[in-house]
Amino acid sequence: MRPIFALIKKEFFQIIRDPSSILISGVLPLILLFIYGFGVSLDLDHLRIGLVMEEESDEAVSFAESLRNSRYFEVTTVRDRRELEDKMLEGKIRGFVVIPAYFSSSWKRPGQEAPLQVITDGSEPNTAQFVQNYVRGAFSVWLQQEKLNQNLKGLPLIQTLPRFWYNEELESRNFLIPGSIAIIMTLIGTLLTALVVAREWERGTMEALMSTPVTIFQLLVGKIVPYFILGMLSMTLCVVVAVWFYQIPLRGSFLVLAMSSASFLLAATLLGLFISTLSKNQFVASQASIVSAFLPAFILSGFIFEISSMPGWIQALTHFIPARYFVSSLQTLFLVGNVWEVILPNTFFILLFALIVLTLTVYKTAKRLDG
Amino acid sequence: MMWQRIWSLVIKELLAVWRDKKSRMVLIIPPMAQLIIFSFAATLDVKNASIAILNHDSGKVSTDLIQQFVGSPTFASIVYLQGVEQIRPTIDQQRAMMVLHIDESFSRQLYAGKPASVQLILDGRKSNTTQIVAGYATEIINQFSDAFAKERGFPVQSARLIVRNWYNPNLIYLWFNVPNLVGILTMVVSLIITALSVARERELGTFDQLLVSPMEPFEIVVGKTLPAVIISLGEATLILGVAIGLYQIPFLGSLWVLYVSLIVFVFAVVGVGLFLSSICKTQQQAILASFVFMSPALLLSGYATPIENMPVWLQKIDLINPIRYFLVITKGVFLKGMPFSIAWELIWPMAVIAFFNLLGANWMFRRRLE
Repeated sequence: MRPIFALIKKEFFQIIRDPSSILISGVLPLILLFIYGFGVSLDLDHLRIGLVMEEESDEAVSFAESLRNSRYFEVTTVRDRRELEDKMLEGKIRGFVVIPAYFSSSWKRPGQEAPLQVITDGSEPNTAQFVQNYVRGAFSVWLQQEKLNQNLKGLPLIQTLPRFWYNEELESRNFLIPGSIAIIMTLIGTLLTALVVAREWERGTMEALMSTPVTIFQLLVGKIVPYFILGMLSMTLCVVVAVWFYQIPLRGSFLVLAMSSASFLLAATLLGLFISTLSKNQFVASQASIVSAFLPAFILSGFIFEISSMPGWIQALTHFIPARYFVSSLQTLFLVGNVWEVILPNTFFILLFALIVLTLTVYKTAKRLDG
Repeated sequence: MMWQRIWSLVIKELLAVWRDKKSRMVLIIPPMAQLIIFSFAATLDVKNASIAILNHDSGKVSTDLIQQFVGSPTFASIVYLQGVEQIRPTIDQQRAMMVLHIDESFSRQLYAGKPASVQLILDGRKSNTTQIVAGYATEIINQFSDAFAKERGFPVQSARLIVRNWYNPNLIYLWFNVPNLVGILTMVVSLIITALSVARERELGTFDQLLVSPMEPFEIVVGKTLPAVIISLGEATLILGVAIGLYQIPFLGSLWVLYVSLIVFVFAVVGVGLFLSSICKTQQQAILASFVFMSPALLLSGYATPIENMPVWLQKIDLINPIRYFLVITKGVFLKGMPFSIAWELIWPMAVIAFFNLLGANWMFRRRLE
């Protein structure tokens, strides 16, 4: 065991002496958590929209009022729609609502539906969806209000009552912050490990280590353990910030969270080691870890983008991304609780991935020594 | 004389990248793979969502309503539940994103012309997706409700919303993604090329040779900037070719507006890369530093979430982020046919960013020389 400790000690000194390792394991997680907490919000509640009032009837005024009162919109009111067309082009408004000149006359005629036009900026489909949804929401509230006030005509017969479980206030932060832990751990586990080990290959110090009586197994363990510990520290930092600063509920137990994270970190670190063994060059190692670990963790993990909406071949691809399983465990552990039916299979796949990568790494390293 | 020296440095840089097989591979394969995978994967659109239905009503109306959900492309697999106690495990174990719950009085109420209700239970773990799912479900139910009321001669709603989406009528996510990726991938490539070109020379010690050569720091900055700009523009052209040729994304604006903005944008990014690498000592630091710049820049670019949603102070900080301007231009030129007069408003801030970063890099090199 002594050689392992010596190697670990050496690695720790290297970490502490190089400001860039501290940058990526301490500063970057905080910057990312900060941005996910404040900057990236999928809850669109300051949507700038326009309102074209071609008439000023009582109905039109009361509808305009209900749009302005909606907490989702910042409304600019004009009389002529041409004033808004340039603003749409510049991306300064996300859409506009038109109350046509004939609105109140068709409103009063029985059996006829008065039209209101909603035009959205389709160049941003997600935002356009939300503009539609929120205008619909404001519209149906207004319609019920009008019905009560005027006792006029029928309401929609079927009412829809949505309930959002586990995240009643619909804060996207509640699932983005847990998910971002997966991204941060990928960076430390894969990118940092790959860079550091690749540097040793590049400088030839890896061969120097191999020529000592240290076995391959000891060498691998000595490389993994320091970055594993660094990653776990960083994970703890993230959880502390998430729970105490952002007030994200942690409904599962911390122990289960720590164990899932440990298994993911193991897989990520082994992947970093494998990449560096293959590429033994810092530039290629950094590119390979970004392409094979960081970007998939960001895009193919279900962290922001829903996996079931992707084409079939990409969905199949996501099964080979350990972050996919980890993000699902994280979101469940934070917002729902210890749901074993979700956690156990996820952890199993992560460990399976780790095992495969470990086997490949040992095989590759052994071959290098022989040759 | 000065231009000749710069010119030879430019040629040397281009050859250094071109002769190295690994650099060549890195410039072509990852960006193309990302373009193809991410243009399809990075979608906030909702398709094939799995839902569950719990129907306590025995009438025909509820069966008709359920048929509307079965036929919709938004919803793929539908699980039928037997009792209320199954709702929680279905949501918890993510077997369905939404449970549609119809109670036993549904048909009775509707036949009597009285309002009835449908409950939707949604998984808040993915509130963005499930809000869109709820939106679709509400639309299906409203349409069904209208049709039912008309058919039975009940009074109809007195007003109606007519929704139109400009520039992208069917809200095709690819049309949004690909123009954005033109900006994002160009940024990634140009940042990495620049940051590494200096850092690698530093580590090999050849940068000091460059500094002691008769070249002025200013000439070195220009000589390092130009090749990176040329390579990035080539990369961007390749991506644009795929976007227009292969993906057939509508291109309504003019190419020259896009290229003018692209050149200014690339200068800004290269400026940032050069400035970062003028501070870093090793390759590892340069890679990590460009990474620390890149992730926040992308997250705050307006690609994933609109900028107006951020707190005001963060929006102010974001004013120095070059890609936030360029993404508005590429989407504008592609889908909206944005004219130069509007694009200009977004081009000049990028020019200011480019100027200050290049100035900073120049200053750092000069300081190192003294």
